[in-house]
Amino acid sequence: MSAIDDVVPRETAWTTGTIITKEQPTPDQVRLRLHVDDRQPHDPGQHYVVRLRAPDDYTAQRSYSVASDSQDPLVELLVERFPDGEVSGHLGDVAEVGDVLEVRGPIGRWFRWDARTPAVCLVGGTGVVPAVAMLRTARRLGRTDLLRVAAVGRDPEHLPYAAELARAGALVAYTRHDAGGRVRGVPTAEELAPLAAGAEVAFVCGSPRFVGLATPLLIGAGVDPTTIRVEQFGATG
Amino acid sequence: MPVTRGFFRKRDESPAGRLPPGQYDTGSGWPVLTAEATPRIEPADWSITVDGLVEEPTTWSWDEAHRLPSATYSGDIHCVTTWSKFDMVFRGISVDDLLAAARPRPEARYVLAHSSTGYTTNLPLEDVTGGRAWVVWEAEGKPLSREHGGPARLLVPHLYFWKSAKWISRLELLAEDQQGFWERNGYHDRGDPWREQRYQGDA
Repeated sequence: MSAIDDVVPRETAWTTGTIITKEQPTPDQVRLRLHVDDRQPHDPGQHYVVRLRAPDDYTAQRSYSVASDSQDPLVELLVERFPDGEVSGHLGDVAEVGDVLEVRGPIGRWFRWDARTPAVCLVGGTGVVPAVAMLRTARRLGRTDLLRVAAVGRDPEHLPYAAELARAGALVAYTRHDAGGRVRGVPTAEELAPLAAGAEVAFVCGSPRFVGLATPLLIGAGVDPTTIRVEQFGATG
Repeated sequence: MPVTRGFFRKRDESPAGRLPPGQYDTGSGWPVLTAEATPRIEPADWSITVDGLVEEPTTWSWDEAHRLPSATYSGDIHCVTTWSKFDMVFRGISVDDLLAAARPRPEARYVLAHSSTGYTTNLPLEDVTGGRAWVVWEAEGKPLSREHGGPARLLVPHLYFWKSAKWISRLELLAEDQQGFWERNGYHDRGDPWREQRYQGDA
Protein backbone atom coordinates (compact mmCIF):
# COMPACT_ATOMS: atom_id res chain seq x y z
CA MET A 1 0.00 0.00 0.00
CA SER A 2 1.16 3.51 -0.67
CA ALA A 3 2.48 5.33 2.34
CA ILE A 4 0.06 7.65 4.00
CA ASP A 5 2.30 10.56 3.01
CA ASP A 6 1.63 9.85 -0.66
CA VAL A 7 -2.09 10.43 -0.28
CA VAL A 8 -3.28 13.64 -1.86
CA PRO A 9 -6.36 15.17 -0.24
CA ARG A 10 -9.32 15.36 -2.55
CA GLU A 11 -12.18 17.71 -1.93
CA THR A 12 -15.69 16.40 -1.85
CA ALA A 13 -18.88 18.42 -2.03
CA TRP A 14 -22.49 17.76 -1.11
CA THR A 15 -24.55 16.51 -4.00
CA THR A 16 -27.82 14.67 -4.43
CA GLY A 17 -28.57 10.97 -4.74
CA THR A 18 -31.83 9.44 -5.91
CA ILE A 19 -32.97 6.13 -4.46
CA ILE A 20 -33.26 3.71 -7.39
CA THR A 21 -33.79 0.51 -5.41
CA LYS A 22 -34.54 -0.17 -1.76
CA GLU A 23 -34.50 -3.62 -0.19
CA GLN A 24 -34.76 -4.81 3.39
CA PRO A 25 -33.01 -8.20 3.37
CA THR A 26 -33.69 -8.56 7.10
CA PRO A 27 -35.71 -6.45 9.55
CA ASP A 28 -32.62 -4.53 10.65
CA GLN A 29 -30.94 -4.05 7.28
CA VAL A 30 -31.76 -1.59 4.51
CA ARG A 31 -29.98 -1.83 1.18
CA LEU A 32 -30.13 1.34 -0.91
CA ARG A 33 -28.88 1.79 -4.45
CA LEU A 34 -28.52 5.43 -5.41
CA HIS A 35 -27.96 7.37 -8.55
CA VAL A 36 -25.49 10.05 -7.44
CA ASP A 37 -25.25 13.32 -9.34
CA ASP A 38 -21.74 14.59 -10.18
CA ARG A 39 -20.35 11.37 -8.82
CA GLN A 40 -16.64 10.95 -8.09
CA PRO A 41 -14.92 7.56 -8.40
CA HIS A 42 -14.32 5.68 -5.15
CA ASP A 43 -12.01 2.98 -3.93
CA PRO A 44 -13.37 -0.05 -2.09
CA GLY A 45 -13.43 0.65 1.65
CA GLN A 46 -14.51 4.27 1.38
CA HIS A 47 -17.82 5.61 2.66
CA TYR A 48 -20.49 8.14 1.85
CA VAL A 49 -22.29 10.55 4.15
CA VAL A 50 -26.07 10.74 3.87
CA ARG A 51 -27.77 13.91 5.17
CA LEU A 52 -31.46 14.33 5.84
CA ARG A 53 -32.96 17.81 5.90
CA ALA A 54 -36.20 18.80 7.66
CA PRO A 55 -38.41 21.66 6.45
CA ASP A 56 -36.96 23.89 9.22
CA ASP A 57 -33.42 23.18 7.90
CA TYR A 58 -32.61 20.88 10.80
CA THR A 59 -30.23 18.21 9.49
CA ALA A 60 -29.00 14.79 10.58
CA GLN A 61 -26.23 12.91 8.85
CA ARG A 62 -24.54 9.52 9.10
CA SER A 63 -21.74 7.71 7.28
CA TYR A 64 -22.33 4.44 5.43
CA SER A 65 -19.75 2.20 3.78
CA VAL A 66 -20.11 1.63 0.06
CA ALA A 67 -20.76 -1.98 -1.02
CA SER A 68 -20.57 -1.36 -4.75
CA ASP A 69 -17.63 -1.35 -7.11
CA SER A 70 -16.59 1.96 -8.60
CA GLN A 71 -17.70 0.82 -12.07
CA ASP A 72 -21.21 0.02 -10.85
CA PRO A 73 -23.54 2.67 -12.31
CA LEU A 74 -25.13 3.07 -8.86
CA VAL A 75 -23.73 3.56 -5.36
CA GLU A 76 -24.89 0.82 -3.01
CA LEU A 77 -25.07 1.50 0.72
CA LEU A 78 -26.07 -0.89 3.48
CA VAL A 79 -27.78 0.74 6.44
CA GLU A 80 -28.11 -1.02 9.76
CA ARG A 81 -31.33 -0.07 11.50
CA PHE A 82 -30.89 0.95 15.10
CA PRO A 83 -33.76 1.22 17.58
CA ASP A 84 -34.87 4.87 17.51
CA GLY A 85 -32.19 5.52 14.88
CA GLU A 86 -32.84 9.01 13.60
CA VAL A 87 -31.32 8.47 10.16
CA SER A 88 -31.50 4.68 9.85
CA GLY A 89 -35.12 4.76 11.00
CA HIS A 90 -36.02 7.26 8.31
CA LEU A 91 -34.17 5.29 5.64
CA GLY A 92 -35.90 2.09 6.79
CA ASP A 93 -39.45 3.28 7.41
CA VAL A 94 -40.03 6.44 5.40
CA ALA A 95 -37.63 6.60 2.45
CA GLU A 96 -38.97 5.31 -0.86
CA VAL A 97 -37.68 4.71 -4.36
CA GLY A 98 -37.48 8.09 -6.10
CA ASP A 99 -36.67 10.08 -2.96
CA VAL A 100 -33.73 12.46 -3.26
CA LEU A 101 -31.16 12.52 -0.45
CA GLU A 102 -28.17 14.78 0.15
CA VAL A 103 -25.00 12.73 -0.15
CA ARG A 104 -21.29 13.38 -0.03
CA GLY A 105 -18.40 11.14 -0.90
CA PRO A 106 -16.32 9.25 -1.25
CA ILE A 107 -14.85 9.93 2.19
CA GLY A 108 -11.93 8.22 3.91
CA ARG A 109 -8.60 7.64 2.27
CA TRP A 110 -7.04 5.36 4.89
CA PHE A 111 -9.43 2.44 5.07
CA ARG A 112 -9.40 1.61 1.38
CA TRP A 113 -7.83 -0.99 -0.80
CA ASP A 114 -5.77 -0.14 -3.88
CA ALA A 115 -6.67 -3.47 -5.58
CA ARG A 116 -2.96 -4.16 -6.09
CA THR A 117 -1.65 -5.06 -2.63
CA PRO A 118 -2.24 -8.57 -1.23
CA ALA A 119 -4.83 -8.04 1.51
CA VAL A 120 -6.80 -9.84 4.19
CA CYS A 121 -10.09 -8.64 5.69
CA LEU A 122 -11.50 -9.70 9.03
CA VAL A 123 -14.92 -8.11 9.21
CA GLY A 124 -17.97 -8.52 11.41
CA GLY A 125 -21.69 -7.84 11.10
CA THR A 126 -22.42 -4.79 8.96
CA GLY A 127 -18.64 -4.28 8.95
CA VAL A 128 -18.60 -6.71 6.00
CA VAL A 129 -19.74 -3.94 3.64
CA PRO A 130 -16.30 -2.57 2.70
CA ALA A 131 -15.08 -6.15 2.18
CA VAL A 132 -17.99 -6.71 -0.23
CA ALA A 133 -16.86 -3.68 -2.23
CA MET A 134 -13.29 -5.02 -2.22
CA LEU A 135 -14.44 -8.45 -3.43
CA ARG A 136 -16.55 -6.92 -6.21
CA THR A 137 -13.63 -4.78 -7.34
CA ALA A 138 -11.22 -7.74 -7.23
CA ARG A 139 -13.65 -9.78 -9.33
CA ARG A 140 -14.01 -7.02 -11.93
CA LEU A 141 -10.23 -6.72 -12.21
CA GLY A 142 -9.70 -10.48 -12.29
CA ARG A 143 -7.49 -10.20 -9.19
CA THR A 144 -9.43 -12.28 -6.66
CA ASP A 145 -6.07 -13.89 -5.87
CA LEU A 146 -5.05 -10.71 -4.02
CA LEU A 147 -7.86 -10.68 -1.46
CA ARG A 148 -8.85 -13.04 1.37
CA VAL A 149 -11.91 -12.33 3.50
CA ALA A 150 -13.11 -13.74 6.80
CA ALA A 151 -16.62 -12.55 7.73
CA VAL A 152 -18.08 -13.06 11.18
CA GLY A 153 -21.73 -12.84 12.18
CA ARG A 154 -23.98 -14.04 14.95
CA ASP A 155 -26.07 -16.10 12.51
CA PRO A 156 -27.08 -15.84 8.84
CA GLU A 157 -29.83 -13.36 9.72
CA HIS A 158 -27.24 -10.94 11.12
CA LEU A 159 -24.61 -11.18 8.42
CA PRO A 160 -25.35 -8.95 5.43
CA TYR A 161 -24.27 -10.29 2.03
CA ALA A 162 -23.67 -13.74 3.58
CA ALA A 163 -24.50 -15.60 0.35
CA GLU A 164 -22.40 -13.30 -1.82
CA LEU A 165 -19.46 -13.61 0.57
CA ALA A 166 -19.70 -17.41 0.57
CA ARG A 167 -19.89 -17.51 -3.24
CA ALA A 168 -16.77 -15.35 -3.41
CA GLY A 169 -14.89 -17.89 -1.31
CA ALA A 170 -14.84 -15.95 1.96
CA LEU A 171 -14.54 -17.78 5.26
CA VAL A 172 -17.98 -17.23 6.80
CA ALA A 173 -17.93 -17.81 10.55
CA TYR A 174 -21.08 -17.76 12.67
CA THR A 175 -20.69 -17.38 16.40
CA ARG A 176 -24.14 -18.80 17.27
CA HIS A 177 -24.98 -21.03 14.34
CA ASP A 178 -23.47 -24.26 13.00
CA ALA A 179 -23.20 -24.19 9.22
CA GLY A 180 -21.56 -26.20 6.47
CA GLY A 181 -19.69 -28.47 8.84
CA ARG A 182 -18.29 -25.55 10.78
CA VAL A 183 -19.12 -25.45 14.47
CA ARG A 184 -20.18 -22.06 15.81
CA GLY A 185 -17.43 -19.79 17.11
CA VAL A 186 -15.10 -16.95 16.20
CA PRO A 187 -12.47 -17.80 13.60
CA THR A 188 -9.45 -19.57 15.04
CA ALA A 189 -5.83 -18.68 14.39
CA GLU A 190 -5.65 -21.93 12.38
CA GLU A 191 -8.49 -20.75 10.14
CA LEU A 192 -7.07 -17.26 9.74
CA ALA A 193 -3.40 -18.05 9.23
CA PRO A 194 -3.78 -19.32 5.63
CA LEU A 195 -5.90 -16.27 4.74
CA ALA A 196 -3.37 -13.91 6.27
CA ALA A 197 -0.34 -15.56 4.68
CA GLY A 198 1.29 -13.15 2.25
CA ALA A 199 -1.05 -10.27 3.03
CA GLU A 200 0.72 -6.90 3.14
CA VAL A 201 -2.28 -5.02 4.50
CA ALA A 202 -5.07 -6.14 6.83
CA PHE A 203 -8.51 -4.55 7.14
CA VAL A 204 -10.61 -4.91 10.28
CA CYS A 205 -14.14 -3.49 10.27
CA GLY A 206 -17.00 -3.84 12.70
CA SER A 207 -18.30 -2.69 16.06
CA PRO A 208 -15.78 -1.61 18.72
CA ARG A 209 -16.41 -4.94 20.45
CA PHE A 210 -15.70 -6.85 17.25
CA VAL A 211 -12.57 -4.80 16.53
CA GLY A 212 -11.31 -5.45 20.05
CA LEU A 213 -11.66 -9.17 19.39
CA ALA A 214 -10.52 -9.24 15.76
CA THR A 215 -7.28 -7.30 16.01
CA PRO A 216 -5.58 -9.74 18.43
CA LEU A 217 -6.93 -12.66 16.38
CA LEU A 218 -5.16 -11.36 13.29
CA ILE A 219 -1.97 -10.70 15.21
CA GLY A 220 -2.22 -14.24 16.57
CA ALA A 221 -2.55 -15.49 12.99
CA GLY A 222 0.77 -13.87 12.14
CA VAL A 223 -0.29 -10.44 10.84
CA ASP A 224 2.14 -7.58 11.46
CA PRO A 225 0.20 -5.13 13.71
CA THR A 226 1.56 -2.13 11.81
CA THR A 227 -0.21 -3.32 8.63
CA ILE A 228 -3.65 -3.40 10.26
CA ARG A 229 -6.14 -0.72 9.26
CA VAL A 230 -9.23 -0.44 11.41
CA GLU A 231 -12.68 1.00 10.80
CA GLN A 232 -14.97 1.00 13.81
CA PHE A 233 -18.50 2.19 14.04
CA GLY A 234 -20.90 2.58 16.88
CA ALA A 235 -24.65 2.48 17.22
CA THR A 236 -25.20 6.09 16.25
CA GLY A 237 -28.54 5.61 14.50
CA MET B 1 -30.20 21.49 -0.93
CA PRO B 2 -33.57 19.74 -1.07
CA VAL B 3 -35.73 19.04 1.94
CA THR B 4 -35.90 15.27 2.52
CA ARG B 5 -39.44 14.09 1.90
CA GLY B 6 -41.03 12.95 5.14
CA PHE B 7 -38.13 13.89 7.44
CA PHE B 8 -38.78 16.07 10.50
CA ARG B 9 -36.85 17.09 13.59
CA LYS B 10 -37.70 14.56 16.28
CA ARG B 11 -35.03 15.04 18.91
CA ASP B 12 -35.59 17.52 21.67
CA GLU B 13 -33.57 20.67 21.45
CA SER B 14 -30.29 20.31 23.24
CA PRO B 15 -29.42 22.68 26.07
CA ALA B 16 -29.61 26.06 24.39
CA GLY B 17 -26.94 26.63 21.81
CA ARG B 18 -24.67 23.76 22.84
CA LEU B 19 -25.05 21.50 19.85
CA PRO B 20 -23.06 22.51 16.75
CA PRO B 21 -24.78 22.05 13.38
CA GLY B 22 -25.25 18.44 12.27
CA GLN B 23 -24.34 17.03 15.70
CA TYR B 24 -26.47 15.03 18.15
CA ASP B 25 -26.13 14.41 21.87
CA THR B 26 -24.77 10.90 22.46
CA GLY B 27 -25.92 10.99 26.07
CA SER B 28 -24.10 8.66 28.43
CA GLY B 29 -22.16 6.80 25.72
CA TRP B 30 -18.64 7.64 24.67
CA PRO B 31 -18.03 6.01 21.26
CA VAL B 32 -14.54 4.78 20.43
CA LEU B 33 -13.09 5.55 17.02
CA THR B 34 -9.56 4.72 15.97
CA ALA B 35 -7.78 3.93 12.74
CA GLU B 36 -5.13 1.62 14.14
CA ALA B 37 -4.65 -1.24 16.53
CA THR B 38 -4.86 0.14 20.11
CA PRO B 39 -1.36 0.30 21.60
CA ARG B 40 -0.46 -0.68 25.15
CA ILE B 41 1.74 2.04 26.63
CA GLU B 42 2.79 1.92 30.25
CA PRO B 43 2.99 5.26 32.04
CA ALA B 44 6.68 4.54 32.75
CA ASP B 45 7.28 4.38 28.99
CA TRP B 46 5.23 7.46 28.13
CA SER B 47 6.68 10.94 27.63
CA ILE B 48 5.70 14.19 25.98
CA THR B 49 8.13 16.23 23.90
CA VAL B 50 7.79 19.78 22.61
CA ASP B 51 10.26 20.50 19.82
CA GLY B 52 10.58 21.96 16.35
CA LEU B 53 10.70 25.75 16.27
CA VAL B 54 11.31 26.27 19.98
CA GLU B 55 14.23 27.73 21.93
CA GLU B 56 14.33 24.84 24.39
CA PRO B 57 13.23 21.42 23.05
CA THR B 58 11.90 19.68 26.16
CA THR B 59 10.72 16.21 27.12
CA TRP B 60 8.71 15.40 30.22
CA SER B 61 8.41 11.89 31.63
CA TRP B 62 5.13 10.72 33.18
CA ASP B 63 6.33 11.79 36.63
CA GLU B 64 7.75 15.10 35.44
CA ALA B 65 4.51 15.93 33.61
CA HIS B 66 2.56 15.19 36.77
CA ARG B 67 4.66 17.74 38.65
CA LEU B 68 3.38 20.51 36.34
CA PRO B 69 0.33 22.45 37.56
CA SER B 70 -2.76 20.30 37.30
CA ALA B 71 -5.40 21.59 34.90
CA THR B 72 -9.01 20.58 34.37
CA TYR B 73 -11.37 20.95 31.43
CA SER B 74 -15.09 20.67 32.06
CA GLY B 75 -17.31 20.95 29.04
CA ASP B 76 -18.45 19.48 25.77
CA ILE B 77 -16.68 17.49 23.06
CA HIS B 78 -17.69 17.06 19.43
CA CYS B 79 -16.75 14.20 17.09
CA VAL B 80 -16.84 14.62 13.32
CA THR B 81 -18.87 11.39 13.11
CA THR B 82 -21.71 13.62 14.45
CA TRP B 83 -21.89 12.79 18.13
CA SER B 84 -21.32 15.39 20.82
CA LYS B 85 -20.95 14.66 24.49
CA PHE B 86 -21.83 17.22 27.11
CA ASP B 87 -20.23 17.96 30.46
CA MET B 88 -17.11 15.85 30.26
CA VAL B 89 -14.41 16.37 32.88
CA PHE B 90 -10.77 15.83 31.93
CA ARG B 91 -7.71 16.37 34.09
CA GLY B 92 -4.09 16.77 33.11
CA ILE B 93 -1.86 19.72 32.29
CA SER B 94 -2.22 22.78 30.12
CA VAL B 95 -0.40 22.92 26.79
CA ASP B 96 0.35 26.56 27.70
CA ASP B 97 2.64 25.31 30.47
CA LEU B 98 4.51 23.01 28.09
CA LEU B 99 4.95 25.82 25.58
CA ALA B 100 6.07 28.26 28.26
CA ALA B 101 8.95 25.92 29.10
CA ALA B 102 9.91 25.20 25.48
CA ARG B 103 9.53 28.86 24.36
CA PRO B 104 8.23 28.90 20.76
CA ARG B 105 10.25 30.92 18.30
CA PRO B 106 8.47 33.89 16.68
CA GLU B 107 8.18 32.08 13.35
CA ALA B 108 6.33 29.10 14.88
CA ARG B 109 2.71 29.27 13.72
CA TYR B 110 1.50 25.68 13.51
CA VAL B 111 1.67 22.51 15.57
CA LEU B 112 1.87 18.94 14.32
CA ALA B 113 0.75 16.65 17.15
CA HIS B 114 2.29 13.18 17.02
CA SER B 115 1.10 10.00 18.71
CA SER B 116 3.37 7.12 19.59
CA THR B 117 1.43 5.08 16.98
CA GLY B 118 2.53 7.40 14.17
CA TYR B 119 -0.84 9.18 14.06
CA THR B 120 -0.53 12.91 13.45
CA THR B 121 -2.86 15.90 13.35
CA ASN B 122 -2.17 19.54 12.50
CA LEU B 123 -3.38 22.62 14.36
CA PRO B 124 -2.75 26.36 14.20
CA LEU B 125 -0.58 27.31 17.21
CA GLU B 126 -3.25 29.75 18.36
CA ASP B 127 -5.70 26.85 18.75
CA VAL B 128 -3.52 25.22 21.41
CA THR B 129 -2.69 28.36 23.39
CA GLY B 130 -4.69 30.63 25.66
CA GLY B 131 -6.16 27.87 27.85
CA ARG B 132 -7.72 25.98 24.97
CA ALA B 133 -5.64 22.78 24.88
CA TRP B 134 -4.50 20.19 27.39
CA VAL B 135 -2.62 16.94 27.73
CA VAL B 136 -4.95 14.80 29.84
CA TRP B 137 -4.65 11.46 31.64
CA GLU B 138 -7.92 11.40 33.51
CA ALA B 139 -11.50 11.40 32.19
CA GLU B 140 -14.59 11.48 34.40
CA GLY B 141 -12.39 11.02 37.47
CA LYS B 142 -10.73 7.83 36.23
CA PRO B 143 -7.44 7.13 34.47
CA LEU B 144 -7.90 7.56 30.73
CA SER B 145 -8.49 4.11 29.26
CA ARG B 146 -6.31 2.74 26.46
CA GLU B 147 -9.07 2.88 23.87
CA HIS B 148 -9.66 6.56 24.65
CA GLY B 149 -5.96 7.32 24.27
CA GLY B 150 -4.50 6.38 27.65
CA PRO B 151 -2.20 6.86 29.29
CA ALA B 152 -2.46 10.43 27.91
CA ARG B 153 -4.04 12.23 24.97
CA LEU B 154 -4.18 15.73 23.61
CA LEU B 155 -7.44 17.58 24.32
CA VAL B 156 -8.52 20.45 22.06
CA PRO B 157 -12.24 20.45 22.76
CA HIS B 158 -13.21 23.49 20.68
CA LEU B 159 -12.26 21.56 17.53
CA TYR B 160 -13.57 18.20 16.24
CA PHE B 161 -12.20 15.42 18.37
CA TRP B 162 -9.83 13.87 15.82
CA LYS B 163 -7.60 16.87 16.62
CA SER B 164 -7.36 15.56 20.21
CA ALA B 165 -4.72 13.00 19.33
CA LYS B 166 -4.77 9.82 21.41
CA TRP B 167 -1.51 8.42 22.84
CA ILE B 168 0.09 11.86 22.43
CA SER B 169 3.88 11.85 22.46
CA ARG B 170 5.09 15.00 20.74
CA LEU B 171 4.10 18.54 19.79
CA GLU B 172 6.21 19.72 16.87
CA LEU B 173 6.12 23.47 16.19
CA LEU B 174 6.29 24.50 12.55
CA ALA B 175 6.34 27.66 10.47
CA GLU B 176 4.13 26.18 7.74
CA ASP B 177 1.02 24.05 8.13
CA GLN B 178 1.74 20.36 7.49
CA GLN B 179 -1.25 18.05 7.18
CA GLY B 180 -1.72 15.21 9.61
CA PHE B 181 -3.28 11.78 9.20
CA TRP B 182 -6.99 12.47 8.76
CA GLU B 183 -6.30 15.80 7.10
CA ARG B 184 -4.39 14.01 4.33
CA ASN B 185 -7.25 11.55 4.25
CA GLY B 186 -9.82 14.16 3.34
CA TYR B 187 -10.67 15.84 6.63
CA HIS B 188 -10.47 19.55 7.27
CA ASP B 189 -7.28 21.36 8.29
CA ARG B 190 -8.90 23.29 11.14
CA GLY B 191 -12.07 21.36 12.08
CA ASP B 192 -14.22 23.95 13.84
CA PRO B 193 -17.50 22.17 14.70
CA TRP B 194 -19.41 25.47 14.88
CA ARG B 195 -18.50 26.19 11.27
CA GLU B 196 -19.02 22.51 10.37
CA GLN B 197 -15.51 22.19 8.94
CA ARG B 198 -15.64 18.40 8.53
CA TYR B 199 -13.95 17.67 5.23
CA GLN B 200 -11.44 19.22 2.86
CA GLY B 201 -13.39 21.75 0.82
CA ASP B 202 -15.62 22.96 3.67
CA ALA B 203 -15.36 26.72 4.10
